[in-house]
Amino acid sequence: MNSIEVKELKKEYNGIPAVKGISFEVKQGEIFGFLGPNGAGKSTTIRMLSTLIPPSGGSALVNEFDIISNKDDVRKSIGLVFQDPSLDDRLSAYENLRFHAELYGVGRDDFIERVEEVMTLVELWDRRNDIVRDYSGGMKRRLEIARGLLHYPKVLFLDEPTIGLDPQTRSHIWSYLIKLQKNFGMTIFMTTHYMNEAEYCDRIAIIDGGLIVALDTPENLKSKVGGDVITIKTKEIDKLKNEVAVFSPTSIKDVEGGVQVEIKDGKTFLPKFFAKNQSQIDSVELRQPTIDDVFLKLTGKQIREEGASTADIMRRQFRARRR
Amino acid sequence: MMHFLKSVRTIWMREIIRFWRDKPRIISTAFQPIMFLVVFGFGFRQILAKSNFGIDFIQFVYPGIIAMNVMGIAFFSSVSTVWDREFGFLKEILVAPVSRVSIVVGKIAGAATVATLQALILLILAPIIGVPLTFLVLVNLIVFMVLLSFAIAGLGLLIASLMTTTESFSVVMQVLFFPMFFLSGAFFPLTQVPYWMEILSKIDPLTYGVDAFRQIILGQEAGVIQAVKNLSLNTPLIDGLILAAFFIIFIIPATLNFNKGE
Repeated sequence: MNSIEVKELKKEYNGIPAVKGISFEVKQGEIFGFLGPNGAGKSTTIRMLSTLIPPSGGSALVNEFDIISNKDDVRKSIGLVFQDPSLDDRLSAYENLRFHAELYGVGRDDFIERVEEVMTLVELWDRRNDIVRDYSGGMKRRLEIARGLLHYPKVLFLDEPTIGLDPQTRSHIWSYLIKLQKNFGMTIFMTTHYMNEAEYCDRIAIIDGGLIVALDTPENLKSKVGGDVITIKTKEIDKLKNEVAVFSPTSIKDVEGGVQVEIKDGKTFLPKFFAKNQSQIDSVELRQPTIDDVFLKLTGKQIREEGASTADIMRRQFRARRR
Repeated sequence: MMHFLKSVRTIWMREIIRFWRDKPRIISTAFQPIMFLVVFGFGFRQILAKSNFGIDFIQFVYPGIIAMNVMGIAFFSSVSTVWDREFGFLKEILVAPVSRVSIVVGKIAGAATVATLQALILLILAPIIGVPLTFLVLVNLIVFMVLLSFAIAGLGLLIASLMTTTESFSVVMQVLFFPMFFLSGAFFPLTQVPYWMEILSKIDPLTYGVDAFRQIILGQEAGVIQAVKNLSLNTPLIDGLILAAFFIIFIIPATLNFNKGE
């Protein structure tokens, strides 16, 4: 069964297209990643699927409910963790969850049982009576995830769940998400612009400029890169390129201060290459292909991770101060 | 229907918890109207004592100050909607499987409750000012406080549904607050004002709150009943109906705006 089915979904803002007709399916129990740079249309897609905004064209089913004609059933069957914080920080963590449970029609007995379950899952049960204002950024995020689970949604949408968090908290949150998928068989649909996080997903859709440019498992996507990635730093770029070309690599590209070679079985290529080459080599780096390489290959550009996340952190801090 | 009422209660309850938790705000909000009452009341009292007003000025102003307090808080409470939008919490509410009407009703009921509770604090001053309070007066007053705060909170929510930042909302509120206060008849009777002012007063919801409050609070003393009657525009019943009409006029577009989504 498919948890999400999307056909030719489009969204325009004042005539400017943000999402230009995307189609995909998400299977039940899958962690599905939506990967792309800021402004690629990730959040817009999540907002359409969660009924926050109506699409300009196309259709989509979430848990077999239509996102246009059956908003209420869609809303009841999904959990949502927003990109920006959405807690009432004057209330305690427990009160925030109670508010959510009441709006989603979770009965009192169910709530008492579940609130301990979800807050234990994210390790906040001991801090349940603290006012949210006193929580750290990572704790707030975890609380939001707990809240998203409270009504036992079939699909959990996460819009950049780890944005602006430190690496340790990020890996924590990932371990919760994987636990959820295992324990509840929950479908997880998430967006991210962190390439390394995409590797946790069962399948990834790479989105750029409002279109899906690739959709596959991380392994299959990486195999598209064409082997290992070797970066050779040299001053004699042209000479080196000719020497590498003899070994018929998948691709050779200029990078700053050298070349980047994609080649199958890079480990055995290197000794053979060193035995023959004449050009002066400054350094060599060999690595397995990453989703970053896939993105670069498909779109011809790099997701500028650091720049984006710094801006996001600043935005978060700014918002936090204003309160 | 059960779910509708439950969601209203949930949203209402949140406003009450937030109000109750912010005790410094409760005290500072009570301070402003008391200051108005003391400064204006005692300041003008001497000058007006010689005119054939028929009522002690401070007693005349007192119901108007209470109405102003209700208006201020009902307005202020609707700011919380803009805050919710700015700080993301509104999304949590809007994406929940509840009707938009229950969100709007819950918000307004919250604002009305907070405004009424806060305004009741001012009744402590009644014995000092020399206004006798009976149980009946109290009940009547609460009914009209709720009506007035519904109308004002409706207006506040309508403005809030059009604004995206707290700053722009505050500016609009400030531009509206004092004209609405001064034109409401809180300081002077509206029975002898120029025609243009009369028109403006009549489209000011606060006018009807002040008019009703004054009749309810001062209508007990035998000596001033006739004077109060002469200075009033409508009977409290009519005032109440007009306030209800204002509420409906404000609430419909506000709900429609929230329905449009973000």
